[in-house]
Amino acid sequence: MASHAIEVKNLYKIFGPRGRDFVDQVKAGLGKTELNEKHGHVLGLQDINISMPAGGVMVVMGLSGSGKSTLIRHINRLIDPTAGEVLYDGVDVCKMNENDLREFRRHKTAMVFQKFALLPHRTIIENTVYGLEIQGVPMDESRKRAQGWIERVGLKGFENHYPNQLSGGMQQRVGLARALTNDADILLMDEAYSALDPLIRVDMQTVLLDLQKELKKTVVFITHDLDEALRLGDKIAILRDGKVIQQGTGQEIVLKPADEYITAFVKEVNRGRVINVETIMKPLSGNPEGVAVVVGTVLESAARMMTLANHNVAHVVDANGRAVGSIDLGTIISAMVTPISHEKIQQAAE
Amino acid sequence: MAICSYLPDLLCKFPAIDETTIRMARKSVDDGFKGLVRSYVNAIDALVQPLQWFLNYLEKLFVSSPWIIILAVMVAIVYYGSRDIRITIGTVISMLLIGFVGLWNDTMVTLAMVTVCTLIAIVVGIPIGIIMARSERAQSIINPILDVMQTMPSFVYLIPVVMIFGIGKVPGLIAVVIYAVPPMIRLTNLGIRLVDKEVLEAADAFGSSPWQRLKNVQMPLALPTIMAGINQTIMMSLAMVVVASMVGVGGLGRNVLQAINNQFFTVGFFNGFALVAIAIIFDRTSQAYGKRLQKHSEVIHG
Repeated sequence: MASHAIEVKNLYKIFGPRGRDFVDQVKAGLGKTELNEKHGHVLGLQDINISMPAGGVMVVMGLSGSGKSTLIRHINRLIDPTAGEVLYDGVDVCKMNENDLREFRRHKTAMVFQKFALLPHRTIIENTVYGLEIQGVPMDESRKRAQGWIERVGLKGFENHYPNQLSGGMQQRVGLARALTNDADILLMDEAYSALDPLIRVDMQTVLLDLQKELKKTVVFITHDLDEALRLGDKIAILRDGKVIQQGTGQEIVLKPADEYITAFVKEVNRGRVINVETIMKPLSGNPEGVAVVVGTVLESAARMMTLANHNVAHVVDANGRAVGSIDLGTIISAMVTPISHEKIQQAAE
Repeated sequence: MAICSYLPDLLCKFPAIDETTIRMARKSVDDGFKGLVRSYVNAIDALVQPLQWFLNYLEKLFVSSPWIIILAVMVAIVYYGSRDIRITIGTVISMLLIGFVGLWNDTMVTLAMVTVCTLIAIVVGIPIGIIMARSERAQSIINPILDVMQTMPSFVYLIPVVMIFGIGKVPGLIAVVIYAVPPMIRLTNLGIRLVDKEVLEAADAFGSSPWQRLKNVQMPLALPTIMAGINQTIMMSLAMVVVASMVGVGGLGRNVLQAINNQFFTVGFFNGFALVAIAIIFDRTSQAYGKRLQKHSEVIHG
């Protein structure tokens, strides 16, 4: 199944009974605080334009109240937009009638929730088949498919347990298995890992990345954790007060933060795991020296390879093994530490 | 009162409508109501006929079956429901005691009545509760009606019930259902409204239809609360069958009524205790069953 991209265009969400009446005013520059004070309406999202890559992981990052959970609920329309479009496969999800929407939710999307949202009265296997059950897939077949996914997420042997008998991490594996069993093209993950403790979170990120390598679904992942965003995201959008303030790849965000808000975030990031060698390499002068590092390697790995080989210099090669540039340890180290300009901004902010 | 000499008459003595007007109004309402009932008497009879059949059938079944079979069935139901040997033994002992003091047949009549009332209350109450949970407007309309049903003294609505349906078992049955159905409706409504929003959202996200959402998520998760409603309904039916004996319902209630009229102290207490025994059996069994339904939530991962 070929994945399709999701296009979010000019999306506005204003919470309140007369939200529609204020769209034009918001477009004309009415702010969130004013709208709330003068009219008692809450601005959830304003002018969201994101193109989510087909078969890739799109991470939407923001702190609480930034509108990220509202945004993901527009993709399967658990929340209706006030204005704007969400296009999937050329169809505007926001204009679907009830039946089409139900079919869209059944076959095209699957969702994983922050608080797991499992049915407490059903066993793990019964929870996992839920999506197929409401599609009307025969019990035998859906159980077989669900069993496969339960094993993939590492819960073999727990099929007949109830959710309450499992730990948080295991419950979220059930949530993931339930979503994957649906075999939908779009996987929506609403702060799916935020309730898990750090080690289990990293573990679950690995599970997702491994599965994604083979499944190539269009994943929309919501998080408030920049490290998680950088690890998972092919593309990242950062939301603040219902507005997208920057979108791009992890490298772009770390290297060129759009404003002080993002700079403050990015300051704490381990740059060695985000920036790739080709971003900082110099043009090749003379013969390739030292160890060969493939394009796409992050600085930390490159530095490790060089120190192990006891070389101060290395050359970067492309996928075909052709040398395209050179780097040395000094450049790597200076790229890995946070630039002074960022520190200054941080100090000024404090 | 001395103060009245300083006040205008209107503010001292309440300006009530005068007696003749009241009497006229009363008479015309009563006559109009009676006339209305009289003109629809056949339709009303036909409407309640199935209830009559059902009630008579069950009563006959309970009374005419050998006591040992009834007892065996009761023990089976109690044990299956509660899975508790103490409740089961308690049931056997209390039923045997009831038999020894010669109240077996009356108890069976009451049992049939309570069974039918509870079934009707469930069949009527759950759908109304569901409607209430789905719509704020329905809730705002039904809630005051339930308030009236619950606070109106039960003797008062025996009057229209008797006027419409006459004297007998069925009017008694209807009075009992009216009295016993509000907790069923309220707790169904409450149970559905208390279902976790996140789980409902998940059901929606996977594309559940409203019926699938009700059947797979709302009803199962509301079931413990609904079971509490059923329990309340049974208890209230048992309390009301005594009052309903005033309009011709037989069984233990009628004995109590006779005991009151004739000051039969012992008879009154025997029948009273028989009612208490049945109430406790029903209560413990339905509660234990309700608890068993929630077994999945007992084992919490530490």
